[in-house]
Amino acid sequence: MLRDFVGLQYSHFPLFQSFKKTQFHVLAVDDSLPDRKLIERLLKTSSYQVTTVDSGSKALEFLGLQVDKVNKLPISPDQQDIEVNLIITDYCMPGMTGYDLLKKIKGSSYLKDIPVVIMSSENVPSRINRCLEEGAEEFFLKPVQLSDVNKLKPHILKWKSKKHYQHKQLLQSNSLITSSSNNSSSNKRRAADCGVLPDRTRLRLNRCLTTLRIKERQI
Amino acid sequence: MASVALREQLNQLLTSMFAEGLLDQQFQQLQMLQDSGSPGFVAEVITLFCEDSERILTELTKVLEQTIVDYQKLDAYVHQLKGSSSSVGAQNVKLACVQFRQFCEETNKEGCIQALNVVKHEYYHLRNKFEKMLQLEQRIQAYDSKQQN
Repeated sequence: MLRDFVGLQYSHFPLFQSFKKTQFHVLAVDDSLPDRKLIERLLKTSSYQVTTVDSGSKALEFLGLQVDKVNKLPISPDQQDIEVNLIITDYCMPGMTGYDLLKKIKGSSYLKDIPVVIMSSENVPSRINRCLEEGAEEFFLKPVQLSDVNKLKPHILKWKSKKHYQHKQLLQSNSLITSSSNNSSSNKRRAADCGVLPDRTRLRLNRCLTTLRIKERQI
Repeated sequence: MASVALREQLNQLLTSMFAEGLLDQQFQQLQMLQDSGSPGFVAEVITLFCEDSERILTELTKVLEQTIVDYQKLDAYVHQLKGSSSSVGAQNVKLACVQFRQFCEETNKEGCIQALNVVKHEYYHLRNKFEKMLQLEQRIQAYDSKQQN
């Protein structure tokens, strides 16, 4: 098992944990119940873990749970990571449209790296262009087919490897700073294994995560 | 073999539904998505579609009963029904919705009332066939599980 510079197992970092996972998690948003059932089946058939919600606001609520976990430090190794690897949303929904939801996601420093795909029953070129310009990866015409769902994996992997690269860069730059102060690490290691980090290590970890977030915003 | 006879009946029913234009190839997509991991998928989607459609038809009726018709609301509901019928492969219902939206756009009340009647007619005709289909499937499943025991 790899140990990084803070004597912490790699698996304690949510990013690396999810990178090891073979099953990706898709959040599907659609106000129509039959359509939700269909998109769920299409995604599950393609081996995705699926969460469905019936509105943009519920989607943000769900994603908000994920943000809280990013802010807090991973205290327990068993802590569940609700990570969403892709969001697929209907365009026409009452209240918050799929386009509104897309804007909110791309406008959030925590959520903007999640790829978003829009679905619509109407083929309106201006609508399609608007969504793509706002950062949507794809625009699917309904009814969505299995061949459409097959197009999702590259987008998920592209964003994941981007995050992984950023994180690796961060670790490398930090290891230059902290390798000199790596004395009495055995105690720290034992504490980390039990899942409780000593205070100084927690502070360093906090700084790492903050720097990562700043780097994300810069891109 | 009763099971063979039942399967034959089911096949004939489905063939006629496709031939009549009640169903299109999207329904075949649904059938392909059903597998051992989700054996009740088609039945589930059909049931959800029917419940959703009846809710929408009730709302459409209410809107058209008003003295002043809210055509935007009307169109929004028809759009919903058009979407879900398209998703399950309910072709005739979908086509009737397309017609209906035309009248909404023209704010033609008489046209809308007639269009709603057509949609209802197509929907209940389809529902009738869906019910027969599900009954046959249940009988086949019951027969198959009895054979296994």
